[in-house]
Amino acid sequence: MTTATAATELRARQDKGRKTAQNREKWAQGRTYISAVVILIWCLAPAYWMVVTAFRDVGFTYDTSILPTHVTMDNFNTAFDTSFGNHFGQALVNSVFIGVVVTAISLLIGVFAAYALARLNFRFKYLVLGFILGASMFPGVALITPLFQLFTNIGWIGTYQALIIPNISFVLPLTVYTMTSFFREMPWELEESARVDGCTQGQAFRKVIMPLAAPAIFTTAILAFISSWNEFLIASQLSSDATQPVTVAIASFAGAQPNQIPYTAIMAAGTIVTIPLVILVLIFQRKIVAGLTAGAVK
Amino acid sequence: MKNRRFLLPAATAGILALTLSACGGGGGGTTGGGGGGGDAGANLDGRGPITYVQGKDNSNVVRPLVEKWNAAHPNEKVTFKEQTDQADQQHDDLVQNFQAKNANYDVVDVDVVWTAEFAAKGWLQPLKDKMALDTSAMLKPTVDSATYKGTLYAAPQTSDGGILYYRKDLVPTPPKTWDEMMSMCSIAKANNIGCYAGQFTKYEGLTVNASEAINSAGGSVLNDDGKPNLNTAEAKAGLENLVKAYADGNIPKEAITYQEELSRQAFQGGKLLFLRNWPYVYNLATTEGSSAVKDKLGMAALPGKDGPGASSLGGHNMAVSVYSKNKATALDFLKFMTSEETEKFYATQGSLAPVLGALYEDKDLVAKLPYLPVLKTSIENAVPRPVTPFYPAVTKAIQENAYSAIKGEKPVDTALSDMQKSIESAGAGS
Amino acid sequence: MATELGPTPVTRPASGGTELHHAPKGVGEDNRLKSQGKWASWLLAPTIIALGIVIVYPIISAIVMSFQKDAGLDPATGLFVQGGPAGLQNYVNWLAQQCASPGGGTVACPPGTLGAQFWSATATTFFFTVVTVAFETVLGFWMAMIMARTFKGRSLVRAAVLVPWAIPTAVTAKLWLFIFAFEGIANKLFNTTILWTGSEWPAKWAVIIADVWKTTPFMALLILAGLQMIPAEVYEAAKVDGASAWQRFRMITLPLVKPALMVAVLFRTLDALRMFDLPYILTGGANNTTTLSILVISQIRQGFNAAAALSTITFIIIFLVAFIFVRFLGANVVEQSGATPKGKK
Repeated sequence: MTTATAATELRARQDKGRKTAQNREKWAQGRTYISAVVILIWCLAPAYWMVVTAFRDVGFTYDTSILPTHVTMDNFNTAFDTSFGNHFGQALVNSVFIGVVVTAISLLIGVFAAYALARLNFRFKYLVLGFILGASMFPGVALITPLFQLFTNIGWIGTYQALIIPNISFVLPLTVYTMTSFFREMPWELEESARVDGCTQGQAFRKVIMPLAAPAIFTTAILAFISSWNEFLIASQLSSDATQPVTVAIASFAGAQPNQIPYTAIMAAGTIVTIPLVILVLIFQRKIVAGLTAGAVK
Repeated sequence: MKNRRFLLPAATAGILALTLSACGGGGGGTTGGGGGGGDAGANLDGRGPITYVQGKDNSNVVRPLVEKWNAAHPNEKVTFKEQTDQADQQHDDLVQNFQAKNANYDVVDVDVVWTAEFAAKGWLQPLKDKMALDTSAMLKPTVDSATYKGTLYAAPQTSDGGILYYRKDLVPTPPKTWDEMMSMCSIAKANNIGCYAGQFTKYEGLTVNASEAINSAGGSVLNDDGKPNLNTAEAKAGLENLVKAYADGNIPKEAITYQEELSRQAFQGGKLLFLRNWPYVYNLATTEGSSAVKDKLGMAALPGKDGPGASSLGGHNMAVSVYSKNKATALDFLKFMTSEETEKFYATQGSLAPVLGALYEDKDLVAKLPYLPVLKTSIENAVPRPVTPFYPAVTKAIQENAYSAIKGEKPVDTALSDMQKSIESAGAGS
Repeated sequence: MATELGPTPVTRPASGGTELHHAPKGVGEDNRLKSQGKWASWLLAPTIIALGIVIVYPIISAIVMSFQKDAGLDPATGLFVQGGPAGLQNYVNWLAQQCASPGGGTVACPPGTLGAQFWSATATTFFFTVVTVAFETVLGFWMAMIMARTFKGRSLVRAAVLVPWAIPTAVTAKLWLFIFAFEGIANKLFNTTILWTGSEWPAKWAVIIADVWKTTPFMALLILAGLQMIPAEVYEAAKVDGASAWQRFRMITLPLVKPALMVAVLFRTLDALRMFDLPYILTGGANNTTTLSILVISQIRQGFNAAAALSTITFIIIFLVAFIFVRFLGANVVEQSGATPKGKK
């Protein structure tokens, strides 16, 4: 009898243990879901207001009904309307082009620099690090006038280069520092062992390290792209009608009357501008969170 | 040595930077010095294509005009370069290009308050002798705003004056003086709405409202020599009007956050008895779906001390850059853009107030813009905001101190004396 | 294998060692360092050149101009004439809040001039920086932890988190201005009558809320990337050892995510110290929300040379903050794991 009851007791205790563990799991999941909902509300509520306003008739701009009222597509038409000299469609293309080029180049340059700073040892390393960080310390507003004069002298005002090069420089310090800190965390002995196995240094880097650095690289790419997407001050001075990015184009939206602020059209433009980015992130979000897979390490 | 390897890229960067700074050094050093002197005499007979720079053309008046000109002048085509909608942006863009002595900015559109500043920096072509322009048919205050030290530097193009909007269902006859308006506030209280609002948040609109208050009471911000003149009883009375009304609640508390749009919104929503704003409100308040005052609004000249008040002059002037290569064409374009026909077009197409006095009596225009007679009174009695080359510093001084005074953070005497000292200090740097 | 604990103590081959290995250097060592130096300079050249042109040149140009006086008005002609050299006068004027006096010389800046706002703008800038970075770090960390977990709909959360940052600042600023209007949705939703942009503390909080909303995704993203580098086995091992959630967080998550966290906080701090767009559009700098960058822009309109001096002063202030950060708070990006087990194992 004792063995039977002992066995049953043991199983009962095991069952109870499993249930408590499952309950704890459920609680944890529940908390995660609640947190997720809170985050969604916090991030999306103001954006929701932007979208509601975007669809609202301009005569009712200041209506504060939370649900959509006076729904119309007019504002979107106004945003894209080119008869008043707006070039919003062109501006979208410009922003994307500039963003992609800036991201690609700054990633490339950044990876080189980060490799050097994380892996190699040389004199003046700290000076270089300080120099790169120092570039992030000067108030951007004060750079406009000298840059304007520089680019005027070279004749580059209104060209794409005039927008791409400053953006690369603004984004580089962050790119370099982020990649450097991640490269420092890489298991470099893998690269060593790959080389021992016969790969060249470049191959080892590409085939072994880069996949592991994927989260860092994609994160940095998003940071770089959005930084250049958001940039306004320099673009407003150095671009022309043909090359202006969306930030400048939106700032140029005018109401039908002088002194009128076209809130609804601006919100419509904001909505349009956010969509491609959200889609981009949805596509790449897996890459952002790709972690160290057990297989690669072992 | 080991560090030589590092020095190579550093040296490259250094040399590059130095070379570029040498190239750009010429333009980089000055904030507009006496460079204008020589250029003013150059290119007076130049003819050829020019560029016209203006802020956002909301009402699409410029493009048809430019097309008309280009059709008639195929060898002197005008390219229209449109800036953004923001005054600050437009100002900075002009400054950058003038500092860089850009020959591509031939004719520029300047806000009335920038004319003195740009003229003093030697960037604007004086419109005299060969470049003379006839301004006899234009309203005097508009010409005053384009004149600096006795010389005309720009052609008045469009104008603007402050209007008093009022609820004619509650107040059949508009008040003529400030005190009368304040006495009507009991009607507002009875109807549970605010009495009066203007634009009182800390931006250019506050300078407009504060100057109006001071000028309407008989004071002035600057005297004829361009020196500040704020320690007068009149100036004090003027500012005191605003301060007292805010403290008494006759100006609602939220008016301290108002720019033009929010104040229009409050009036349109039926929440104000009186509103001071620009003429543009008329169109929107009578047509917008959400407006609660469509057939209840009346327009009058601003109330003053014992008669019409002194509204601040708004509007734009057109000027020729000293660095332009085709000044003769520029002058002709200026004349075209300020001709009677064009001015009439500004009014009918863009609801922009013309600068030619006679047009305010034109039957067609008055039919389209019923407020024209009121606007004419407003502009005729208008006082330009301080005409000074230090305008950015002066407007800052006025904004900061008027804002604190209205909020009750400092007494009116102190506010005015601080304003005085700040403006003196601005003009003192040399 | 030593990698149970993830990327920490990695034995480095002698050539890649840090200065802490004070082994005597042989000729082979020397040559390797030399070739590393050569490699390094080629790899770093593009970065240095890009930064040199766009940032260093304007900085030098601005510093040169800051030693000039702004143009003064010649009373006879009414035209501006170039000011001569000013030495350190511009700097002194800002730091001591002195302004030109009509009779020559200087006088304490009266309220209403920009010069009177230097120290209050500095205080405001620091206040905004500390508060926004603190909020953003905590919120960002929390968001990152949630995003790292597996649950249904997590891709939605990850995309949603990026929305605030993806909307251009121009639109965000106008949106919040709209929301915080007296009759706007904020007052309506919470049934309040706060003068958000019209009184001091509401205005400051309006700027903080808008900035935190906008920039938390930046922190969340970087911290998430850092979290991803921690292999799951570490947590498993800790769970097996009986560590509670809080202990796991304190002893595993925090130390291992520190590099990414430090980079994020450092750059966010530098950015916050240069904050411009949001306060400028939301409040125009009124009610004590003027930051140093707003002061610079306002000064540029009145006289570029004094603005250049102010920019340089701001630069020095930011440099000092970064220095303190790196020195004392351990935001040392380069000296990471690998050298000595600094309390990590």
